[in-house]
Amino acid sequence: MTDDLNGPSPGRPDFLTVRDFDFFYGKKQALFDINMDIPEKQVTAFIGPSGCGKSTLLRNFNRMNELIDGINHTGDIRLLGQSIFDKSVEVIALRRRIGIVFQKSNPFPKSIYENIVYGLRISGENRKSVLDEAVERSLRGAALWDEAKDRLHESALGLSGGQMQRLCIARAIANQPKVLLMDEPCSALDPIATVKVEELIHELKQEFTIVIVTHNMQQATRCSDRTAFFYLGKLIEYAETQKIFSNPAQKQTEDYITGRFG
Amino acid sequence: MDPIASHAPDFFRDEKGESAKLMGRSLRNRALSTLCVALSLLTLIPLLSIIVLLLQKGLPLLSWRIFTELPPAAGMVGGGFGNAIRGTLVMVGLGLAMSAPIGMLSAIYIIEYGPVTRLAQSVRIVAKLLTGIPSIICGVFAFAIVVATTGGFSAWAGGVALAVLMLPTILLTSEQALLGVQTAYREASYGLGATKFQTIVRVVLPDALPAMMTGVMLAVARGAGETAPLLFTALFSQFWAKSLSEPTASLSVLIYNFSTYPYPHQTQMAWTASLVLVAFVTLANVTAQLVFSKRS
Repeated sequence: MTDDLNGPSPGRPDFLTVRDFDFFYGKKQALFDINMDIPEKQVTAFIGPSGCGKSTLLRNFNRMNELIDGINHTGDIRLLGQSIFDKSVEVIALRRRIGIVFQKSNPFPKSIYENIVYGLRISGENRKSVLDEAVERSLRGAALWDEAKDRLHESALGLSGGQMQRLCIARAIANQPKVLLMDEPCSALDPIATVKVEELIHELKQEFTIVIVTHNMQQATRCSDRTAFFYLGKLIEYAETQKIFSNPAQKQTEDYITGRFG
Repeated sequence: MDPIASHAPDFFRDEKGESAKLMGRSLRNRALSTLCVALSLLTLIPLLSIIVLLLQKGLPLLSWRIFTELPPAAGMVGGGFGNAIRGTLVMVGLGLAMSAPIGMLSAIYIIEYGPVTRLAQSVRIVAKLLTGIPSIICGVFAFAIVVATTGGFSAWAGGVALAVLMLPTILLTSEQALLGVQTAYREASYGLGATKFQTIVRVVLPDALPAMMTGVMLAVARGAGETAPLLFTALFSQFWAKSLSEPTASLSVLIYNFSTYPYPHQTQMAWTASLVLVAFVTLANVTAQLVFSKRS
């Protein structure tokens, strides 16, 4: 996307910032001195070969890595200037602000309705009118309303793979997060379902700041505004997507996007 | 004939004497499959013969009075073993009430809170060791800590012995049940801002519960059938127990006692009691399966 189509960038350029960030699994260092600013209401794509640290960084944004034992970090990640690692930050509140969609769609073995209202229920919201409204808003937001409205109370496991992934997106946006993290959301989907999710990403960035990890270079060019290329735990290059793919500054980036390695 | 073979006979021509090898492989394959089927059928034989035997020997005395009346005095006929049925239900219930919460919550601790902590690992090792402990030792243990200290045989003591016996089964099957819950469900829940407690209660437990209940039913079946732990703890009684603090009859001890009596009526009662015990365990199993498979 060029700036001409979108107009001037709509939000803060330093919405989500990473500063001098090192990350360790036990003794093994997975991220080295990452510095980047992720702009508000834009799509930022993370690309790079497997094991380059892009998912690790993504999962640090809402502290999902803390589910793993023996992890450690130095440096900081800030949302709107506030450190997400600060003692005053409740991790459960952070994860409501920064939602996540995983590589493999993981709807709960509950109804479509209950999947979407899960985030509301756990925060104590049980009023039916509020839940109903959230279900419709989220399903519409995830472009799933027409397909799902007549079967809201049927099991989510009866949906197709692409529908399940859009349900997971609906479930994430039901929390009304500020940021939506997507960890290879289309890697398990067929091309048609992939197109639907990509169209959805275009819609969603009106409202959310999106960070997407992808192995699919076309996907990065199709749906992101900015692209970050990671290699061996380092951020090699981070710029507008168009620039990364047409005129990369680093040789490693060029080698990767032209398929010479990775 | 196979359509491909008919169109391309050359394709299957034996060039390097492979057909003998092929024949050997396919023969071995068939032989092993047949063996598996035959041995599976073989395992049915003891089970089916037990059921047939129990029905044959146990059915003649089966009547309503069996459930409501007290055992006859030695050499007498008539009567039933209602006190033993109630005793078994009460003591298995007591054992379950003590072991199920401990076993399930320990399993939750091991899997959800501290799979790598030293406490979790020790608990798991102890539970595995406990499964190998002979049931008579559970009886001796409960004798030492309950009977010897309270000064008498009681349903409480029987319940404690059964609880010790059931605990490792419940703990280890619950652990397996929790391990069976996909990590993706937990991640989804945490990703939506759920606490650990909410994740366990709303996502993990509903998914694991049917398998956990199967473990509980296994424990019930094992506990209901054990004689040795109850001999030392609840002993036996010819009468209805008026409280949990007195000697209490149970089906398994009744079977043990009556089968050694020289009177044919008592021997026959032991058969009927066996039938009732097996029916009770089967019924419990089947209901648990039905109820919990419907819920999941």
